[in-house]
Amino acid sequence: MKQGGALRRFLRKVLFIDLIEGLWVTFRYQQPKYIYTEQYPAERPKIAERYRGAPRLNTNPETGETLCIACNLCALACPENLIVVNSERDEKTRRKVLTTFTYDTSRCMFCGLCEDACPVDALELTQDFELASYSREGAIWDRQMLEEGPRPTKYAY
Amino acid sequence: MPDSTFLDATELVLNMGPQHPSTHGVLRVILKLDGEKVIGTECVIGYLHRGIEKIAENRTYAQFAPYVDRMDYVAAVSNGLGYCLAVEKLLGVEVPPRAQAVRVILTELNRIASHLIWLGTHALDVGAITPLFYCMREREEILNIFEKYCGARLTTHAFRIGGLQYETYDTFEQDVRAFCDMFLPKVDEYEELLTGNRIWIGRLRNVGILTAEECKAYGVTGPLLRAAGVKWDLRKAQPYSGYEQYDFEIPTGTIGDSYDRYLVRIQEMRQSVRIIRQALDGLPGGPIMGKVPKVIKPPVGEVYVSIEAPKGELGYYIVSDGSTQPYRVRVRPPSFVNLQALDKMCRGALVADVVVVIGTIDIVLGEVDR
Repeated sequence: MKQGGALRRFLRKVLFIDLIEGLWVTFRYQQPKYIYTEQYPAERPKIAERYRGAPRLNTNPETGETLCIACNLCALACPENLIVVNSERDEKTRRKVLTTFTYDTSRCMFCGLCEDACPVDALELTQDFELASYSREGAIWDRQMLEEGPRPTKYAY
Repeated sequence: MPDSTFLDATELVLNMGPQHPSTHGVLRVILKLDGEKVIGTECVIGYLHRGIEKIAENRTYAQFAPYVDRMDYVAAVSNGLGYCLAVEKLLGVEVPPRAQAVRVILTELNRIASHLIWLGTHALDVGAITPLFYCMREREEILNIFEKYCGARLTTHAFRIGGLQYETYDTFEQDVRAFCDMFLPKVDEYEELLTGNRIWIGRLRNVGILTAEECKAYGVTGPLLRAAGVKWDLRKAQPYSGYEQYDFEIPTGTIGDSYDRYLVRIQEMRQSVRIIRQALDGLPGGPIMGKVPKVIKPPVGEVYVSIEAPKGELGYYIVSDGSTQPYRVRVRPPSFVNLQALDKMCRGALVADVVVVIGTIDIVLGEVDR
């Protein structure tokens, strides 16, 4: 672009070729097929399968029982120590039973170390990405919230 | 009665930032001005300090990996690669060839993304609004690949110590190839918009000159050093993660002004595409995770590993005391070291040139302050 004689350079300058070249690029993009904007609330974005979004505590779809075995590995793996797992021992079966499970999404950085640590795939980061709440307490999810998932407002368009 | 009034004052101290839009975050620059000429500058940093190096001392090696993404959040993958390489060297772990190749692909994609952000915002600072939208549009494609690969777009946490956590997804090669094919004509478009533009040249030519000697004296690395004519790229000088297999050139400038840096970064994007294509062609199969113990407990010792991040030499110095947590992690951030050349580049320039110089260093305040 910069080679050429002095006359060529002079003509480029006088005839505003350098500016017209740039304007031509923007002119080419005025066709509607080049629109790139996503009309977000009306048009839902396509979220990748592996997306690390809202946490979910999986349940057995047939019985509705939680898959979590209360092993506490996710709480140990978490860099921010935001998972609290409480359990008690069932006297009859001698197994650990999950009582409460708290997940503080306000401090979570969605690194995915907890779901990597889970040996039974009970804790999972899902494709839900709308985590806003009206209070700080609303960002701390209990077991029920984790099992049901967030319910973001759906807007009608 | 004072014999000098305010109007007689020749020197004026002006605060630029921390909320100035062209300081790319929360950098405060105190300018000493004589009219419109800059006599001296002083940087005030630390507004984004989160104590990441201190956090490392209370986390296990694996737990600290997501935090390094938060330093240079524009090039999170490069940060993760540097950290993983450092811990792997400390452990003496061999990374499988497939993991190395995928790492190279993602890091080079991230280099392009980082340069695109730089190009867009730098052009915006100078007054060209259009390139920002085009750069963001192409960057979106890269972020989509990241999202599909590892589930996050910006702070990716893509690599784990010893290799990769995620195998590439089904259409990974297709997507990356499609991006490469799409991207090269777009670079030509950016060049059409900017390279020959008389305003762009007028604002950037001979602004913020840093010669090779000055670069070396200040420890400046990355595109700034290469724009001064020094062929120094850690990917060639001390290859890591299999960079020795790939054939690429180190673009260099001549006089080391802002315009040269722009040309160097544009060329680097093209070279990155070249590396990505080679890595895709020779993508080996096999495992993606090396032999890493479940509990990472490196032997007592210390290690320094540096990589060529998009902004320059990114180094990790890790001291291990034999426990599961690092004794000390020190990061050599390229933005922080490059920023100290700001005063040298600004002296004698005009106020409007300070904006150009801050833009041309390509700083990310998350990395400067850590």
